[in-house]
Amino acid sequence: MPEATPNTDGVQIDLISGARMDGLRSMEKIRLILDTVRDGNIVILEEGLSPDEESKLIEVTMNEISPDEFNGIEIETYPRSQTGDKSFLGRLMGKEETKKLTVIGPANQIETLHKDENLISALVSRR
Amino acid sequence: MGLLTELRDSISRVTDRLFSASEPKRIGIYGPPNAGKTTLANRIARDWTGDAVGPESHIPHETRRARRKENVTIERNGRTVTIDVVDTPGVTTKVDYNEFLEHDMEKDDAIRRSREATEGVAEAMHWLREDVDGVIYVLDSSTDPFTQVNTMLIGIIESQDLPVLILANKVDLEDSNIQRIANAFPQHETIPLSALEGDNMDEVYDKIAEYFG
Ligand SMILES: Nc1nc2c(ncn2[C@@H]2O[C@H](COP(=O)(O)OP(=O)(O)OP(=O)(O)O)[C@@H](O)[C@H]2O)c(=O)[nH]1
Ligand SMILES: [Mg+2]
Repeated sequence: MPEATPNTDGVQIDLISGARMDGLRSMEKIRLILDTVRDGNIVILEEGLSPDEESKLIEVTMNEISPDEFNGIEIETYPRSQTGDKSFLGRLMGKEETKKLTVIGPANQIETLHKDENLISALVSRR
Repeated sequence: MGLLTELRDSISRVTDRLFSASEPKRIGIYGPPNAGKTTLANRIARDWTGDAVGPESHIPHETRRARRKENVTIERNGRTVTIDVVDTPGVTTKVDYNEFLEHDMEKDDAIRRSREATEGVAEAMHWLREDVDGVIYVLDSSTDPFTQVNTMLIGIIESQDLPVLILANKVDLEDSNIQRIANAFPQHETIPLSALEGDNMDEVYDKIAEYFG
């Protein structure tokens, strides 16, 4: 694959596999996401983040917002499945139900058009 | 050692003893911007302590620092619960100062407001992970509850096993839809209210006592 050259005409989309994310610590994941998004790219995570990581992602995003430079992120995941007491056993085993596709992009370039349990439709614009 | 220091020591020993038995639970009021969190916090504080927590406004991100009202003692059916009420800034994943310009604000003020808002949200998220014993989650029932911020925050709260009460606020508005909120979060109890008009506050206090007592 050629060295990624920033393309001002298009929008780069990075699909990051669960396997790739599994090898990273929470803060490394957040850094990877925010660095990619701050370059004007869209990140799609195969397996999403844990609630704790989502909370840290919001916190770090807030700390990095700066006027006329970075407005924050747009993030979309499917709503957590609402089936009863969300796998008590799973939580006991430390396996949060986080395997939900997650789309993250720069707030000024991505706009969610529609979202329900099964479909996320987003409009991505160029810088 | 001076008399004053001794006195202070003995007072703090007495208060230590008074509070160590049942430290007031710290209840965070969370939710998206403009849901009515401060209006609710002020109503709770006024009803039980006589004074308010902070300013309310139709402009989003009015609250930009978590504000605490300590030792709010609520009496319910002969029982009393004492809580610290923490009003937090509305949580979001983005802040654009240009939106404040639409509210007739000077650019400098808008930039300052957005900076304070981002700091406040960061702080509120940190608190939620570390320093909160229970959550009152306030939603504007006239708006769509199926937002990413709501989904993430409820998920974060659940993952920490914090007791959470979901309040469907602004039921006085014509567009209010309580059922839509109940459907969005069926695993939790939804309590309707109007923090502004004071409607159904009795049930809200009953539930606060039940959940956080
Ligand atoms: N109609 C109606 N309006 C309400 C109610 N509660 C709050 N409001 C109004 O909604 C607006 C926002 O209220 P706040 O209490 O400042 O909202 P907040 O959630 O603290 O907002 P931020 O601090 O910006 O996150 C104000 O104009 C309030 O008067 C209610 O029960 N009914
Ligand atoms: Mg407020």
